[in-house]
Amino acid sequence: MGIFLFFVLAILCVGGVLGMILSKNQAHSALFLVLAFACLGGLFGLLDAPFIAAVQIIIYAGAIMVLFIFVIMMVNLELGIAPERKRWTLGLSAFLAVFLLVELAMAVRGTLGSLGRTGGPSIGSPTELGRLLFTEYLYPFEITSVLIIAALVGAIVLVKKKEKE
Amino acid sequence: MEMFWLIPLLPGASAFILAVFGKWLPKKYVSWQACLSVFASFLISLVSFFGLLRISADSLPIIKTLFQWIQSGSFRADLSLQLDPLSSIMTLVVTGVGFLIHVYSVGYMGHDKGYTRYFTYLNLFTFAMLILVMGANLVLMFVGWEGVGLCSYLLIGFWFEKHSAANAGKKAFIVNRIGDAAFILGIFFIILIVGSGDFRAITGAIEGGVVTQGMATLIALLLFAGATGKSAQIPLYVWLPDAMEGPTPVSALIHAATMVTAGVYMVSRMNLLFTLSGVAGHVVGIVGALTAIFAATMALTQNDIKRVLAYSTISQIGYMFIGCGVGAYAAGMFHLFTHAFFKSLLFLAAGSVMHALSGELDMRKMGGLRKYLPLTYPTFLVGAIAIAGVPFLSGFFSKDAILTHAFAQGQYFVWALGLMGAVMTAFYMFRLVFLTFFGQERLDPHAKDHLHESPRVMTVPLVVLAFFSIVAGYVGLPVVLGEKANLFSRFLDPVIHPGHEAHVSSGAEWLLIVISVAVAICGIYIAYIFYLKSPRTPHRIVARFPKIYKLLYNKYYVDEIYNAAIVRPLVSGSQVVYDKFDLKVIDGTIDGTAAATGFAGRVLSLFQSGLLKDYALVLLLGVVIFLGVLLF
Amino acid sequence: MIPVSYFFGLSIVLFVLGIIGFFVKRDLITMFMAVEVMLNAANLAFIALGKAAGTPAGQVIVFFVITVAAAEAAVGLAIILLVFRQKKSIKAEDMRLMKG
Repeated sequence: MGIFLFFVLAILCVGGVLGMILSKNQAHSALFLVLAFACLGGLFGLLDAPFIAAVQIIIYAGAIMVLFIFVIMMVNLELGIAPERKRWTLGLSAFLAVFLLVELAMAVRGTLGSLGRTGGPSIGSPTELGRLLFTEYLYPFEITSVLIIAALVGAIVLVKKKEKE
Repeated sequence: MEMFWLIPLLPGASAFILAVFGKWLPKKYVSWQACLSVFASFLISLVSFFGLLRISADSLPIIKTLFQWIQSGSFRADLSLQLDPLSSIMTLVVTGVGFLIHVYSVGYMGHDKGYTRYFTYLNLFTFAMLILVMGANLVLMFVGWEGVGLCSYLLIGFWFEKHSAANAGKKAFIVNRIGDAAFILGIFFIILIVGSGDFRAITGAIEGGVVTQGMATLIALLLFAGATGKSAQIPLYVWLPDAMEGPTPVSALIHAATMVTAGVYMVSRMNLLFTLSGVAGHVVGIVGALTAIFAATMALTQNDIKRVLAYSTISQIGYMFIGCGVGAYAAGMFHLFTHAFFKSLLFLAAGSVMHALSGELDMRKMGGLRKYLPLTYPTFLVGAIAIAGVPFLSGFFSKDAILTHAFAQGQYFVWALGLMGAVMTAFYMFRLVFLTFFGQERLDPHAKDHLHESPRVMTVPLVVLAFFSIVAGYVGLPVVLGEKANLFSRFLDPVIHPGHEAHVSSGAEWLLIVISVAVAICGIYIAYIFYLKSPRTPHRIVARFPKIYKLLYNKYYVDEIYNAAIVRPLVSGSQVVYDKFDLKVIDGTIDGTAAATGFAGRVLSLFQSGLLKDYALVLLLGVVIFLGVLLF
Repeated sequence: MIPVSYFFGLSIVLFVLGIIGFFVKRDLITMFMAVEVMLNAANLAFIALGKAAGTPAGQVIVFFVITVAAAEAAVGLAIILLVFRQKKSIKAEDMRLMKG
């Protein structure tokens, strides 16, 4: 049952990403991506990380993608920009990407056996996570909050139109 | 006497002050400082000379090291000045005659706008010449050697706006340089063999047998080659006649009394070397003799009063080298000594004549001047008589000493050439006298209006020099009058190591004296006939031998030959090298490097497309490579 | 139950897909989306490895990554908006000011 679920979610995820790549319409791309993120959230759940799964769906699929869609709507785009014209860089990048894939595969080949299986006790219960965040990882937590404020202020300042005199 | 090291430094300091501050110094001050510094040097030289007379020969030479100059491995060359009889005589000549010429220049150059510059150069020259004669090692001597060459260039081309003067300066310097190249080689060999350029060390090495005869010959010939350049002998004499473009006092000081005699000094200083190598001595003697006669023939036909004197100088230096060549270095130095007086006197007097005639120097436009120049004429006459070798004046004693020694050594060819030269010397000098001061006046009317005797500041040095031209000979009386009579030669004994000087019987010596005198009188008489008694005679002779006259008048076309054979090939060769190599290869390399760099830059900038994706691509490439390296 | 290595392999595939997407697309917004994909692939890897190692550290990291990614997305999109206002286009080829 778990494996079946895994494969469904995995295929949907990959499909979503592929759809994002192949789609000519930005809005469609965004929606495909939402699908992919949602599936990822499910995958996180499969990995015994329920809190992160929830966060993924709420923040990533919910907030960030909504931001994307806002911007897509604000920017008046001609419908469908054709994908990259054939240039030698495209070929090279494709080749390199595949090569990277191969390399990564080779890199992890040795350890794949020892990764174990899912199931077993959940290590990512929200209680546990919360306790960790407020003790061991307190500093990153606080700094991250500052970071968010900075980003917030930055984004507003950047996009503010000049005051009409 | 311990202050002898100040001798070069006083004029040197004066030159420095004039060079730096001259622009703001008043003319009168410049005159006083320039002349007094040389006079002070002269006084110190005099004191040192008398000091030398009192000490024994074993403590010679006295050396004062001013500071350590070159120290490289085991080779040392210090700034050391030395006092010994040879250098003492030279300093007396340089500072004494130099002082008189400085005074004369105050009058002669009085109206020149480069007045301060002139005295700066003149003091600088005196400084360099004194370094040359007082240097205790070959390296320092060479510094002085080059220094006088530089000052000669500066002073010959003093009126640099004149093309002929500027060219003459260049010619002098370049021809000198050719000789100097050989000179430097000689110095290198000496340092190689002896390990030092110190004269004491060299003497020690030669006496100790370190130097083989072959090496001695090579070195001596190289050094003498340098001397032919500096002292205007064959083949490097061509610069001296052109050097007459410079102011006349310069000609008197540099090209008569001092710089051109530096070669003779050098040969005398290295006399052990030349004696060791018999061949070099012979070469010196033959070159001297040939030059003496060669130059004398050219002096016969010149119309420029200074050129006659220039060729005469070349010829007389030839005599000095004859003396050195036959081993009679003292005789050569003696002639240097007397020649300094009467030759500078002749030049200064000629300058006085030119000054009187507002710059005229062509003898064809002179004549009958003895009425108008009551001081210049007698002093000039004294100089002419001295140089002709008339008895009881200095020139007679010195020239006779040389010729006698030549004969005594069995060098009859050299002696004969010397004798012929003496006839010609007497002839051309009196030709000059008669053409200038006697006969009908062929003066330019404009010049005649301004005709006046020179001011006292110019005539007093003439009188002083005339006096010495007469008496200077008495310090070197011929041996026939007693072994001890030759004070000059005995004074030089510590330095001039007596070689195997041959002697002639006193009967033979008297005979030689009589022959010399007869020859001199002969020359004067012929000149008298040619130019006073029947003035048509020269023209008739020229008409009979037009080709010979042309050859002599054009100085045997030597300048033209040198120009065609050496100068033009060098210049066109340089032009070719410039076009083919300098422009193409060297400039090409530099421009090429710049172009290549630019090209590389342009190629690299292709990577900076400004496109995000291209940069990302490179990133990706980097990651892939990195991982690849880690994995494989 | 499910071998963790499967998740890990999926993460690698997603990452490379993200790279390909970045190079294929021509407008800035979709390129940015591809970058987000890459980020998520990394997150997946973290969680998987955290699970394999048995610590919650992987999840903590992902927590922070998601947070920062959100901030970054906000600022990045703001910049894209600005660029669009200036150049009236969001094609990557039009951003060539740094050329040369």
